[in-house]
Amino acid sequence: MTVTEAPPPVAAAAEPPVHKPSVRRKLVPYWLLLPGVLWLLVFFVLPMVYQASTSVQTGSLEKGFEVTWHFQTYWDAFRDYYPQFLRSLLYAGTATALCLLLGYPLAYLIAFKAGRWRNVLLILVIAPFFTSFLIRTLAWKTILADGGPVVETLNTLHVLDITSWLGMTEGDRLLATPLAVVCGLTYNFLPFMILPLYTSLERIDTRLHEAAGDLYATPATTFRKVTFPLSMPGVVSGTLLTFIPASGDYVNAELLGSTDTRMIGNVIQSQYLRILDYPTAAALSFILMAVVLIMVTVYIRRAGTEDLV
Amino acid sequence: MQWLRRNLVVIAGLGTLAYLIVPNVVVTVFSFNNPNGRFNYAWQEFSLDAWKDPCGVADLCGSLSLSLQIAAWSTLGATVLGTMIAFALVRYRFRARGTINSLIFLPMAMPEIVMAASLLALFLNMGVELGFWTILIAHVMFCLSFVVAAVKARVLSMDPRLEEAARDLYAGPVQTFVRVTLPIAAPGIAAGALLSFALSFDDFIITNFNSGNTVTFPMFVWGSAQRGTPVQINVIGTAMFAIAVIVVVAGQVISNRRKKTALPH
Repeated sequence: MTVTEAPPPVAAAAEPPVHKPSVRRKLVPYWLLLPGVLWLLVFFVLPMVYQASTSVQTGSLEKGFEVTWHFQTYWDAFRDYYPQFLRSLLYAGTATALCLLLGYPLAYLIAFKAGRWRNVLLILVIAPFFTSFLIRTLAWKTILADGGPVVETLNTLHVLDITSWLGMTEGDRLLATPLAVVCGLTYNFLPFMILPLYTSLERIDTRLHEAAGDLYATPATTFRKVTFPLSMPGVVSGTLLTFIPASGDYVNAELLGSTDTRMIGNVIQSQYLRILDYPTAAALSFILMAVVLIMVTVYIRRAGTEDLV
Repeated sequence: MQWLRRNLVVIAGLGTLAYLIVPNVVVTVFSFNNPNGRFNYAWQEFSLDAWKDPCGVADLCGSLSLSLQIAAWSTLGATVLGTMIAFALVRYRFRARGTINSLIFLPMAMPEIVMAASLLALFLNMGVELGFWTILIAHVMFCLSFVVAAVKARVLSMDPRLEEAARDLYAGPVQTFVRVTLPIAAPGIAAGALLSFALSFDDFIITNFNSGNTVTFPMFVWGSAQRGTPVQINVIGTAMFAIAVIVVVAGQVISNRRKKTALPH
């Protein structure tokens, strides 16, 4: 900030104050922005450029890589891995829908019905965050373990027969099935859905509910016509905050899934860190980025909350 | 039946809460387990061994302290840089404002793995050795946007007339900033810092790509999932949960006290 703004001389003070910012004052925002923006340019934008260049390189680890504008890599990568792409979008989409379904009642409960328990419930939503999410995901291995109480109960109730028939589980197992991966994704990203939902619900004036009731709306109608539309900003940002990270996640698929549940994140990770095929890995991550950005843009347009961005 | 219908929201909400809490309960219970074999997946018998010796596993506490250091430094970096950007964006009109807003938004709207991979592409191309510094650089980068968002929200809801009033009362720019602006913005800055710390401490995907042979705590847990999970991991998980709850509750109590003591004035 401008530290040395001298008090105006007496003669000048007599004149009406004219707001003419000095050149130095005009530069203040740029100085404030400089370090942070530079950081993002060097460590966020520039890496994207490098990754773009990597994706059109050919070569091998021994001989070195060279830019040969080999766009074929994109097509090959997509052709080889489209099942994993589709699976990622399917799993992430299902997890997002489940998060909304499970998160809405809790957010609603905290915003309108909790009373003096509100802060306690909020703490209970946030606190699990602080136990490393990897530890908590490993805990799901214990919960869903073969022969464990959860599997046994679902088996006795014949739920697993139904989910197996639907292709979500295999036999009397839960671990290493699509259902386990989706369950893990839902669990890990649920708070990212609940918090925005809660924020937008909490802003709603409860007198609107009373007004709707006075106008003979049933609770269901009040929810459909008043509460839900007003919570749309929370629904939109919650959906984005769950879907985007879930689509690139590989932790849940690795810890709770099997080779049949590999998502695109698992492929990118192993291409980059194990197989060391950098061009394919780069191409895959650009395809993922493009798909996610397009879906997000379309979604935001349709949800009609462009001011969110 | 009537009762069930009336309390449907409460029941469903509490069900979701149980879904959120159950893994923590499991982590806590299994921290008292005396496992048979390398993996701590099945309950054997009660034991306090792991609690008596939380650092008893090679490299575990080293990785923990490394993660704490990285989280502390990246929180400091991201909070300072992010707060500056947030003030510039809210308080000044200048060209390129829209562009910079999108630049800040983009890291949040991108799957983490894309950023992780592209940073690795940069470091590989430049021949930078992966380790402490590359992790720190990456963490400051992705925490930055979250700080900007948190501080911006707070500064936006701040009444600019308070600062005008300070100036009318002959406070200089520095005095205005330190005694009026900063205290009002503080909750936003604190929220941003807390979020940075949590995000950095818990980050796995970006660290996995850019850590080389350096092992942070999440990397240790990840490795242990393959080699065998020591009970000590559950102990640390439980302790983290307990500390977080204590800190949050203490914060609540203090702010409630302040509100109460502030009233009589």
